[in-house]
Amino acid sequence: MPQHTVASFDADLKVLDSMIGDMGDGAGRALSGATKALIGRDVALAQHVIGADRAIDTLQHEIEERAVQTIARRQPMAVDLREIVAAMRVANDLERVGDLAKNVAKRVVAIGEQRSPVALAAGLESLGLRVGEQLGAVLKAYRNRDAAGAMAVWEADGAIDALFTSLFRELLTYMMEDPRSIGFCTHLLFCAKNLERVGDHATNIAETAHFVITGKIIATERPKADESIAIDAAMHAPRTS
Amino acid sequence: MDARVNFDVEFQEQPAVAAAPKIVARDVNVYYGDKHALKGVNVDIPERSVTAFIGPSGCGKSTFLRCINRMNDTIPICRVTGKITIAGEDIYDRSLDVVQLRARVGMVFQKPNPFPKSIFENIAYGPRIHGLARNNAELEEIVVSSLQRAGLFEEVKDRLNDSGTGLSGGQQQRLCIARAIAVAPEIILMDEPCSALDPIATARVEDLIDELRGDYTIVIVTHNMQQAARVSQRTAFFHLGELVEEGVTEAIFSTPSDRRTQDYITGRFG
Repeated sequence: MPQHTVASFDADLKVLDSMIGDMGDGAGRALSGATKALIGRDVALAQHVIGADRAIDTLQHEIEERAVQTIARRQPMAVDLREIVAAMRVANDLERVGDLAKNVAKRVVAIGEQRSPVALAAGLESLGLRVGEQLGAVLKAYRNRDAAGAMAVWEADGAIDALFTSLFRELLTYMMEDPRSIGFCTHLLFCAKNLERVGDHATNIAETAHFVITGKIIATERPKADESIAIDAAMHAPRTS
Repeated sequence: MDARVNFDVEFQEQPAVAAAPKIVARDVNVYYGDKHALKGVNVDIPERSVTAFIGPSGCGKSTFLRCINRMNDTIPICRVTGKITIAGEDIYDRSLDVVQLRARVGMVFQKPNPFPKSIFENIAYGPRIHGLARNNAELEEIVVSSLQRAGLFEEVKDRLNDSGTGLSGGQQQRLCIARAIAVAPEIILMDEPCSALDPIATARVEDLIDELRGDYTIVIVTHNMQQAARVSQRTAFFHLGELVEEGVTEAIFSTPSDRRTQDYITGRFG
């Protein structure tokens, strides 16, 4: 795209982009840190993730302020206006990602050093990794204004939902088998849900990227594979004789 | 049962975009001597709505505007080809009376240009020469109603005999709009009507334009893109004598289809 006649307008937009980049890095680190802490029961790492969230929040405020100032100063039109509105939306999503990672970290602190069943750890790990990949990919697509890349992320969210659904089933089964695990498993269930929510925010960012690049909103419905709401707890309940 | 709730919001009514075209231009070319200033313009301008012409200086937008009331006739080296019709009538037809045409197609210029006469006379002049009033009472009625329509009456009602040139810039411009309205035109052409006005006076004129579009077909040339986005229902972008793109204002300013339009409205022009 050619430069603006007013060069400082380009500079404003570049600064916004690089702030989103920084925020994305921060949110990505928080997510991978939280996942790692969860799998390895690493309370110290979890504490670090909790402490680092403030920086992400601060960046969000700065991006919002800068975006509002740029709108007021430049009266942007068309793609420029979309870029600025998108920066605000993406910052909002990334702030939520930071919060969700922080919440996972808090639960790691709450459950302490207790070990979870191996199969469960593997499920959580692949969910965390998958979500991290999605977030990384969508931020890359956003940075490169790559509509196809954004759509690929958007379409892949179903896999995360499916992973979450299977973890949900597993956790339900453990809780039924041993009611003493309910507290522990509930924390894990929330962790899984938080990770799945991060996937939704990656999907939001994909939609925003698509909007910036094409000027259009994705018309079709999101692919959904979260079937946990359809699981009937009674089906899993132990028979009473 | 369909559990979806209908959250449709009533948006401000989009005026007559699909209305019958009032002005139709077909393959309009304008030459100033050897210079080909306007190249093959085709456009339909709907009635009772505001159409904005935007584009960089020298792009042909004012030239095209001036074709609509044959103002270009006054420039000796200017030659116009093609066809322009107003309500189906060819305005370049030899039998057409240009004075009558200019009564049907009023014009407001960049700099307010009231006559060096009283406020009353500024408005009364047109209706008088066009014989629109049978007596003084009717003339007075036209003057008052024109000033009212232009939103100026309350400000000047006690000094109708004062000179029009003594008003502020914004008031002078609204006086010129009142003067244009007084001869009951069908179309009002505005060539950057706010560029010499301060922001408050500009807002008043924009408000007035919005009000007048219920009764008139308005075509406005403006350099102020935000103004075009605010006041018009359709926008046409001119560049180097070509009409590059014309469409619903909302679309032109959010997702223009031509690269040149996008570059211009986002301030990326070479």
